[in-house]
Amino acid sequence: MKQLSLEKLNDLFALIGQTEALYLPVDDAAGQAAYRRWQPGYTLSKALNTVRSAKDFFFPQTENLVDFKMQGKSIEVIDPRTEQENFVLFGVRACDARSFSILDKVFLADPVDTYYQSRREHGTIVTLACTRPEETCFCTVFGIDPAEPAGDVSCWIEENTLFMKANTPKGDALLTLAAPLLSEGGDDAVAAQQAATRSVLARLPLAKLSLDGMGGESMLKLFDSDKWAELSQACIGCGTCTFVCPTCQCYDIKDFNTGDGVRRFRCWDSCMYSDFTRMAHGNPRLTQRERFRQRFMHKLVYFPANNHGEYGCVGCGRCLSKCPVSMNIVKVAKALEGEVK
Amino acid sequence: MQEMMIAKARELLKSGAVQRVLGWKAGEFAYDVEPAVFESAQELEKSFVYNDFCGSNLSKYLIAQSRKEGKTLVFLKPCDTYSFSQLLAEHRIVRENVYAIGIPCQGKTDGETLKGKGFTGILSAQCEGDTFTVHTLYGDKTAARADVLPERCLNCKSKKHMIYDELLGEDGEVLDSHRFDMVEKLEKMTPDERFAFWRGELSRCIRCNACRNVCPACTCEKCVFDNDASGIAQKAAADSFEENMFHIIRAFHVAGRCTDCGECSRVCPQNIPLHLLNRKFIKDINELYGAYQAGEDPDAKSPLTDYTMNDAEPGIVYHRGGNQ
Ligand code: SF4
Ligand code: SF4
Ligand code: SF4
Ligand code: SF4
Repeated sequence: MKQLSLEKLNDLFALIGQTEALYLPVDDAAGQAAYRRWQPGYTLSKALNTVRSAKDFFFPQTENLVDFKMQGKSIEVIDPRTEQENFVLFGVRACDARSFSILDKVFLADPVDTYYQSRREHGTIVTLACTRPEETCFCTVFGIDPAEPAGDVSCWIEENTLFMKANTPKGDALLTLAAPLLSEGGDDAVAAQQAATRSVLARLPLAKLSLDGMGGESMLKLFDSDKWAELSQACIGCGTCTFVCPTCQCYDIKDFNTGDGVRRFRCWDSCMYSDFTRMAHGNPRLTQRERFRQRFMHKLVYFPANNHGEYGCVGCGRCLSKCPVSMNIVKVAKALEGEVK
Repeated sequence: MQEMMIAKARELLKSGAVQRVLGWKAGEFAYDVEPAVFESAQELEKSFVYNDFCGSNLSKYLIAQSRKEGKTLVFLKPCDTYSFSQLLAEHRIVRENVYAIGIPCQGKTDGETLKGKGFTGILSAQCEGDTFTVHTLYGDKTAARADVLPERCLNCKSKKHMIYDELLGEDGEVLDSHRFDMVEKLEKMTPDERFAFWRGELSRCIRCNACRNVCPACTCEKCVFDNDASGIAQKAAADSFEENMFHIIRAFHVAGRCTDCGECSRVCPQNIPLHLLNRKFIKDINELYGAYQAGEDPDAKSPLTDYTMNDAEPGIVYHRGGNQ
C-alpha cells in the first residue's frame, strides 16, 4: 500500500497529467459531478458518482467509424482514427469499474470491436472506494465490493490521506511514475475504513434485493408476464435510463452526408425509442410496453443467459435517481420476483 | 388531503362514474413517486399517494387515457390545470372522457432536489407544517420547506386552478412571482456572455429527450428529430451546433403554447435550466403582444397563431437591439 497526503493530491494530478491525459470527476456548473480532463485548478468532486458513467471513455456517445470520399467514380475509404493516446481515468467507483467487464463481453467478443479495444488498451483505471453509499446503491447484490474496488489501481481517501494499491502491470507502471510523491503504509487505515463502509453497506435499503429466478430459466414466463403493462404505463420512452447506465451498450450506425462523401458514425441508441432496431417493416416492438420490457429483459434475463449468469446491471443506481417517472430496474425486479416463485 | 382523494376516487369508481383514476403511486423510497393508473379500490388503498413528492404533471397522460373506453378521473395541481387546459385548446384530449379534480399544492420537491441540498442516503422524509425531516443513513436532518423546493415552485405562478369539474380543498390565487428575474439577467448580458452561458449549459445535454417527452406541449405524433425522412433526425448531437439546434427548435415550437409548468427542468438529468428558454418567449410575447398566459383560457387565441393589425413588425428585432 502506498500513501500520499491529500495536500499533495494536485501534485500527483500534475505529475500524471504531464505524461498522460488524466480525467477525473469535477463539479459542473449545476453542481453535479462530470469527468473532465484535468488542468491546474481543478479539484476532485466530492460527489459519490458522476451523472454520466465512465463508459463514455471506452464507448463514447458518438464516434466516427469511417469516411467515404467520392471523386468521380472512385470512392476512397478513410479510417478516421488517429493514434489513441494513453489516458488515466481517476476516481472510478466500483460499480462503473465492473461495468467495463460487462462491456468487454460485448465489444471484445468475436468479432472484436477495435475502436473499443484500442481505448481499453490505452486506458488506466484508477478506482476510488466509496465511503458514503446512497440509498439507491445496490452494487453488493452483484457481488461488487465498493470498499475494495477493482481497476488497475485502487484508492481510498481517509481523512487527509490518499491510499493507493496497484492491481495490474498498468497499475504498477502508474505507481512507479508517481513514486517520487508516495510513501509506504496505510493498511490499517484502509482496513478500518473498509469495515466502516461495509457496515453501512449492510444497512442499505436495497442490500437484500433478490434476483432469484431471473436469468435464462424463466425466460418465456417473464417475457409473457402481464406485469409489463403496469410497469411500463408511466414510462415516457425518453431513454434517460439507457444513456446514464454504465452497462447499456446498444448503438445505431448512421451516415452523414458531408457534401463530397459520407461520414459513417455510430451513436448510443436506446431500446426505449420508437425507431430502435427498426427494419423495413418498422419497429418489431410496437408499443412502449415491449420497448420497456426489452431493457429489463436484456439486463436481468438475456444477458445472464448468455454470460454464465452475470447480470447486465451493476447496481449503480443512476436509473433510480434519474428516471423522470421514477420507474427503474429495482421496481421491475421486485414486481417480477413473484412471477417466478 | 390524500385520504379525501382516495375516498373520492373510490366513490367515483364504485358508482361507475369513472373507470380509472390517474394519480400518483408510492415507490421504494420516500421520494420516488410515479404516475399511475388505478382501477380498483384495492389498488388505491395499496399505493395511492398525494404528498410533497407528487411533482409530475399528469395532464399529458390524458392524451392516451382519454381515448380509452369510459371516463378517467384525474387529479390536477394548479399548474397542471394550465397544461390540461392548453391541451384541450389544442384538441389533444377528449374532454367528455375526463373527470378533473383540482387539488391544492404547497410546492413539490423531489429526490434530486433533496440530494442537491446535501441530503444523501435518504431513508424516509416527512413534512410537518413547513419543516421537512429527512431520515438518512448518516443521521437525521431537518430543513424548511422553502429551502428544499425546486426553482419552479419557489417561483410558482399560480395556486389557482384554471379548469376542473370539482375542487378538493380551497382554490388559491394567481401569484406575483419572480419567474422572469433570471431572464432579465440574461437579457442584460452582452450577446457573447449570453452565448457563453447557453453553451455552458447546453454542452452538458446528453440528448436523452426527457425534456421533450415529458413536455405537455410536445405532443407531435412523430417528432422531426425522430423522423429519418426529416433530414435532421438525431439520436445524439454530432456537434455543438446540433446541440443548440435541438433546444432552440423545441423552444420555438412550444412558444405561445408552453404554460411554464417546469417539467422540462425537473426531469433533465443534467440540470439544464430549460425553463429559461421558454420563459424568454413568454416574456417577449407579453411585451410584444400584451399579457398572455397559455393555458389560462382554452378559448383565447394565442398571439402567435392570431393576426391583428397591431402585431409587432419584424423590424422590432432591431428596435430591441438585434444586429442588423
Ligand atoms: S440498470 Fe440502472 S442500476 Fe443497473 S447499471 Fe444501469 S443505471 Fe445502474
Ligand atoms: S453502487 Fe456501490 S460502487 Fe457504485 S457508487 Fe454506490 S456504493 Fe459505490
Ligand atoms: S424508464 Fe424512465 S428513464 Fe427509462 S425511458 Fe422510461 S421514463 Fe425514461
Ligand atoms: S432532458 Fe436535459 S439532457 Fe435530456 S435532452 Fe433534454 S436538455 Fe438534454
